Amino acid sequence: MRICVVGTGAVGSLFAANLSLLDGVEVWAYDLAQEHVDAINRGGLRLSGAGDVVGHPRATSDAGELPPCDFGIVATKAMHTSPAIAATAHAFTEGCVATVQNGLGNEETLARHVERVIRGTTFPAGKLLEPAHVQWDVKGDTTFGPYDERTPLAEVERLADACTRAGMPAKAVDDARGPQWRKVIFNASTNPIGALTGLTHGRVVERPDLRALVTGLVDEGKAVASAQGIELDADPEELIDHAARKDVAYDHKASMLQDVEARRPTEVDYLNGGIVRFGHERDIKTPLNAAIQALVKGVEASWTQS
Amino acid sequence: MTKVVVAGAGSIGSLLAAHLSRVADVTVLTRREEHAAALREQGLRVSGRSDFTTELGATADAAELPSDAELAILACKGTDLEPLAALLEGALPGARVMTIQNGLGAEEVVAAHGEWPLLSAVTFMSGTRHGDAHVEYVLDTATWIGPYRGTTHEDARRVAELIEAGGLKAKAFPDLRPAQWSKLIFNATVNGVAALTGLPHDFHFAQTEQLSDLGHLVRDLVDEGRAVAVASGVELHDDPWEMNVLATQRGHRHFPSMLEDVEAHRPTEVESINGALVREAERHGVPVPLQTAVYRLVKAREASYSE
Repeated sequence: MRICVVGTGAVGSLFAANLSLLDGVEVWAYDLAQEHVDAINRGGLRLSGAGDVVGHPRATSDAGELPPCDFGIVATKAMHTSPAIAATAHAFTEGCVATVQNGLGNEETLARHVERVIRGTTFPAGKLLEPAHVQWDVKGDTTFGPYDERTPLAEVERLADACTRAGMPAKAVDDARGPQWRKVIFNASTNPIGALTGLTHGRVVERPDLRALVTGLVDEGKAVASAQGIELDADPEELIDHAARKDVAYDHKASMLQDVEARRPTEVDYLNGGIVRFGHERDIKTPLNAAIQALVKGVEASWTQS
Repeated sequence: MTKVVVAGAGSIGSLLAAHLSRVADVTVLTRREEHAAALREQGLRVSGRSDFTTELGATADAAELPSDAELAILACKGTDLEPLAALLEGALPGARVMTIQNGLGAEEVVAAHGEWPLLSAVTFMSGTRHGDAHVEYVLDTATWIGPYRGTTHEDARRVAELIEAGGLKAKAFPDLRPAQWSKLIFNATVNGVAALTGLPHDFHFAQTEQLSDLGHLVRDLVDEGRAVAVASGVELHDDPWEMNVLATQRGHRHFPSMLEDVEAHRPTEVESINGALVREAERHGVPVPLQTAVYRLVKAREASYSE
């Protein structure tokens, strides 16, 4: 089996390094950061923290080098999906491409370039410490499901099985939208609040007035999910309160807050913007998500001023 | 000459004190003694739309204020008004006292500390302080004045005339609430959005081409504010959306004070502006989910650096 991970930031690296340890699986890592690519090819891709692993995927920044693959795992930031899949699609003409990205709309983007798309939602997280070295913060499950009828469930199962054997527990389901929307609603309702206020997850949740705003955002997301016939696999509210515990993620700065502090473009268009867009299609009003998206876009715009 | 006290020498207080000192006998009350000393020794320089240096009295001790002052303008920030009014309790027995803070509620705060006749004002001018003894006059828009307690339209007109004589723009109204509410809605919206995004008040605030453009949010926030004004029985003097569009078309990137405050990690006027609007909405049962969100987010932003 040959797998190419497209985009080896933190999450992509977790998949690439772990999968590369399996017998009978050849892993390629496609990434545009040349330093990162060179370091991986020189000394391997190292994970430390929740698991200590040194994997040896073949890394390249040249999509032309990629051989035909059975699976792609796209793990770029959501705003890079389109150029990343446009560059690599030729490697997947016979294979399936899974997304493990945040947000909504990645599957649709992939499906414009490749035939068989797998919807994926993943919970493990980490951060890139230096080229070829990722800190693995939390382990977690991944759920995969076919994007549409063109993707055989058997192929989805084959990928989930490989991930599970590699230490990245994954399951294959018929409809993976439930976990995807649960995570999107969780992220869209908490990440931007952290980004706009500077507060950690726990401090957002312990302020009753902000917690009520979070619930307002969650309710809009739930309404849009329900209008599409999506059944959430768990209540995002529970996830939000659980994560606020001191022993879980009280002190966690949402990735969007980290992005804002580092003045990097955020994924707000794929989180709140995705909820607004899908809501618009179904005539469901999402004024709070729209407001939050506009505010975070305003934050991004402020960096190009002055 | 009329004796005038200007309490608070931020940019608005400095602009008022400097211009009034050309036609009145002005004493400035500052919080810091070295600020008062700088004003006494160097005078107060105005640059920008006016260009002059003036002499005026200054003190950091309320007990030294002239007891025969006829007018006192409380020009501190809303967050400093309560302690200032408490400090003035029993002082300035012959003065009409004028508030000029953003938001709602300044008059009530002062009324609780003395029997002075009160005037309300809102100002649309702006300035930038370049040190204790130098203020730049940036936007030469007007200050609007109306009666509040124990005063008349005629009293407001006299103060407006004095301010105009000093070289600033001012206008008296029989009832200030329509103007005050226009500015309240404008400030709650523009200052809140600026504080949260880091954007100065510029073209983004009127942009409505794409669905996620900020102008849509600004318009929705203004619409909520308008509904509260209607429920409160106030007919707005100006349309806050038009005020917003006009301001962005001036080509001048204004940094609202709430943005400057969050960037400097200072307490903001969010309670007297956004908080006042949201509480009025609650009182009248008007749903304002977006104004409420902005209010809570700014409060939380303050908490991120003040706790």
